[in-house]
Amino acid sequence: MSDKVSAIIEKYNADRGQLVSILQDIQDEYYYLPKEALIKISETMSIPLSQVYNVATFFKAFSLKPRGKHFINVCLGTACHVRGAVRVLEKIERSLGIRRGETTEDRRFTLETVNCMGACALGPVIRIDGEYYGQMGTEKVEPLLDSFE
Amino acid sequence: MIVGEQTKIITLTIDGQQVEAKEGATVLEAAREAGIYIPTLCYHPSLTPYGACRLCIVEIESMRGFPTACTTPATEGMVIKTNTPQLQELRRNIFELILAEHPKQCLTCAKNLRCELQEVAARIGVEEISLPPIHKDLPVHQDNPFFERDYNLCILCGRCVRVCQEVRGIGAIAFTYRGSQALVGTAFDKSLQDSECQFCGACVDICPTGAIMERSSKWLGLPERSVRTTCPYCGVGCQLNLEVSGGRILQVSPVWENSVNEGQLCVKGRFGITEFVHHPHRLTTPLIRKKGELVEGTWEEALNIVAEKLTPYKGEHFAFMASAKCTNEENYLAQKFTRKVMQTNNIDHCARLCHSPTVAGLATSFGSGAMTNSINEIGGAACIFVIGSNTSSGHPVIALQIKRAARNGAKLIIANPLEIDLCRYADIWLRHMPGSDVALLMGMMKVILDENLADLRFVTECCDNFDAFRESVEDFDLDFVGKTTGVPREDIARAARLYATHKPAVILYAMGITQHSHGTDNVLATANLAMLTGNIGKPSTGVNPLRGQNNVQGACDMGALPNVYTGYQRVDNPDIQKKFEVDWRCSLSPKPGLTLTEMLDAAHNKHLAAMYIMGENPVLSDPDINHTREALSRLEFLVVQDMFLTETAQLADVVLPAASFAEKDGTFTNTERRVQRVRKAIEPLGESKPDWWIICQIAKKLGAQGFDFEHPSEVMEEIARLTPSYGGINYKRLEECGLQWPCPTEDHPGTPILHVGKFVRGLGRFTPLQYTPPAELPDGEYPLILTTGRSLYHYHTGTMTRKVAGLNILEPEGTVDISPADAASLKIDDGERVKVTSRRGEVIAKAKVTEKSPPGVVFMTFHFAESAANILTSPELDPIAKIPELKVCAVRIDKIK
Repeated sequence: MSDKVSAIIEKYNADRGQLVSILQDIQDEYYYLPKEALIKISETMSIPLSQVYNVATFFKAFSLKPRGKHFINVCLGTACHVRGAVRVLEKIERSLGIRRGETTEDRRFTLETVNCMGACALGPVIRIDGEYYGQMGTEKVEPLLDSFE
Repeated sequence: MIVGEQTKIITLTIDGQQVEAKEGATVLEAAREAGIYIPTLCYHPSLTPYGACRLCIVEIESMRGFPTACTTPATEGMVIKTNTPQLQELRRNIFELILAEHPKQCLTCAKNLRCELQEVAARIGVEEISLPPIHKDLPVHQDNPFFERDYNLCILCGRCVRVCQEVRGIGAIAFTYRGSQALVGTAFDKSLQDSECQFCGACVDICPTGAIMERSSKWLGLPERSVRTTCPYCGVGCQLNLEVSGGRILQVSPVWENSVNEGQLCVKGRFGITEFVHHPHRLTTPLIRKKGELVEGTWEEALNIVAEKLTPYKGEHFAFMASAKCTNEENYLAQKFTRKVMQTNNIDHCARLCHSPTVAGLATSFGSGAMTNSINEIGGAACIFVIGSNTSSGHPVIALQIKRAARNGAKLIIANPLEIDLCRYADIWLRHMPGSDVALLMGMMKVILDENLADLRFVTECCDNFDAFRESVEDFDLDFVGKTTGVPREDIARAARLYATHKPAVILYAMGITQHSHGTDNVLATANLAMLTGNIGKPSTGVNPLRGQNNVQGACDMGALPNVYTGYQRVDNPDIQKKFEVDWRCSLSPKPGLTLTEMLDAAHNKHLAAMYIMGENPVLSDPDINHTREALSRLEFLVVQDMFLTETAQLADVVLPAASFAEKDGTFTNTERRVQRVRKAIEPLGESKPDWWIICQIAKKLGAQGFDFEHPSEVMEEIARLTPSYGGINYKRLEECGLQWPCPTEDHPGTPILHVGKFVRGLGRFTPLQYTPPAELPDGEYPLILTTGRSLYHYHTGTMTRKVAGLNILEPEGTVDISPADAASLKIDDGERVKVTSRRGEVIAKAKVTEKSPPGVVFMTFHFAESAANILTSPELDPIAKIPELKVCAVRIDKIK
């Protein structure tokens, strides 16, 4: 791990002002922020570990808990809600055997919800790894999930 | 603070009042200076303005909205209102938001009557809190021995976070999470002990509420009074308050307004005083050896025995070991007693073991053997060169200045075989082999000369003997230096260029320079380097030995040395001898006495028959313990005066119980030559007595005149009368603030910087130097180098700190720090007990496998009697200063089967 983290830090010339970008790259690599990576940042960039932790816990986009390879975000905004977003969410929960906010044991999926994606016309909408899937229905859930490794 | 800097004064109007302020001040500072109250919670004068609590909002003409006074610079002609009904209403609303989350059970809060929320509430007149109360219901953190963190009371002002990061340079705590979940905490919510925390207590002292409070005094109520005094640990001389109720010190708090420590302390001064002062093992009655046992006796009996037993040994058979822990007045009396009553110059103290090469070396080069500049100048340097000092362990509060300077862009060069905390902040870390300092420094000087970076104008105008020095530099080409020191050539050249081109540059050093068989040469090399670049006699420059003990500077100044009276007036100078003979009304010996290391040899050879040891523990602090113990037990008579029954006191015939620093008046002189008051806060425990009183009683029992002192201030009058550099110092002047010697007359302001314009000795003297390897180098039988030093959590032989439970929790035992490479080849695991053997003895200690030790070098502290490093160390002496080579000896490490 240490080599990959070092390479990311190197990419930003260990510039303390780029801490957020560095954390983003690390999260892209590991799908979360491993503790060892934060320690490595603190040591190489001479930033107190508490400050790295401060930034890592401040932004909701960062996770200190391991996340799955694929990140599912279910929109629960008003438009999606009235069109059955909750039923879609519950179907995903049942299919994966996890609740919202959790990660599958095989680290394939992490499930989160969001209050609005601003894509109301597509509702109910979910987003997986940045791709939007509109007009979702419970019957579409399993085929869609199966298409991800 | 740079001397001579002029600040412009600006005028502004606050609440209709014409106010003057220094340019650069904030609106808040201008208002406070004029005595106008603006409420604040997140503001603190020692921190950069933050503008978080929003209580200091004001109205400023021609500015929109409500700017915060703490972050707005005051400008000429500004018109400000601080107290309009609208402002007060806004403040009440803001304050209500804070109070909604803060419990309001003030009467049962430990911070009651000291809480800043209470003051703000009273000032802005909160009538009701209309918001629903939120109970966070968080557990109280009790994860360390010294303080508790109850974040239910926290208002998130961030003062603790900022002091930890900005002032201490640690950053153990930060804000974590955000919004309503935001909390102050450590990384990964670890306990403080598992974090970077160094337990300095700065967060405790800066918290406006009861969120962070010292555990031991939390529920003891308000102190009755607070007595300002000087810290008894290291040579920094931090100013602190002893907060007292009845006859007990409840807690220690820092003094904010002083130039030495500016409100900062370290773990020892903040949390390590109360417990040793009130420790049950304090000696409270004299002890007299009867039938081989030390038994309790009366003062009358003890004093009579001491007087009677000392009488036959007047002259060369007596020696006095004075103490760098005792006051100036006590050391003055000790040397007066030795010279006048006992008729010998056999007086010395532990400065022999720390900075005798400094006194000898810097006196040769500059004419004065003391720190050339002041502590508060370090922060203003453009380059700081720290060699042979683990400053953040040995002198933690001085390390704050170094870290601050480094953060502000100063170049930091560290030369140390061990990886010390400051390496993190350094531009270059020169990891040279122990004992190769002369080679390293001369190598740097060769680069400076070869690349024409020397200040030759300063050299020609202010110094002499340059040509001889220059010739000796030629021997130090970088191939040789690189091979001798183990430092890459390029690093040496880079360090030399940094030091020579970033001015002002300051050199700081400690025992890593002095405790060598060529310690004086090391000191001379640092002096050569400073002169070569003209870094002397100016602000933020100089050669600055960091003195170890609280009063080691003072004990030297007072003439607790075998060759000088007070103020370094030589005993073999007939005019000086005459002066003291007239004043003391006696005849005095012109023959310099024995040094401390020579005393122990003389005791061993039975040339000495009687010794008087005041407040020192040579059995643990001197090299080759077995030799020291044997030497002391061969004496006919040994009297030890101490607060505790130390390893040395256990060998005594009479033990006299001494009062602690908190129980007496006096003065200490810190490392920057600043004479500061020690003030009595409580009565001496039991029948213990101040050292000055005891010496006077014994002198009088021996029939001497000139020891009738009612108070230490009278002793200081005598010191001032006889000592040119202390001539203007008296207790009345010291009431205000400390004075830095030389201070020759009562109207002299003291001297922050030595050698301004001209060296004390006239011209600065360059000394040609050769490289001498350490006396004992590793060989087949003893393949490793042992070097010794200090930890942050303990002090010297542990007489004080090992009585403090919390410090023992933080660092329970001594370790031998060994590199992973050596540990692997010896098949030693981290935490395993190993045997360390040198030519003089062996100790058992726990191995700590760490990259902080380079391969081939192991490190031990000397605080722990059960794994005493000084059983191993080498008694090889520097020929001039007679300091033993405590920093280098050869050892072997074996697994225990």
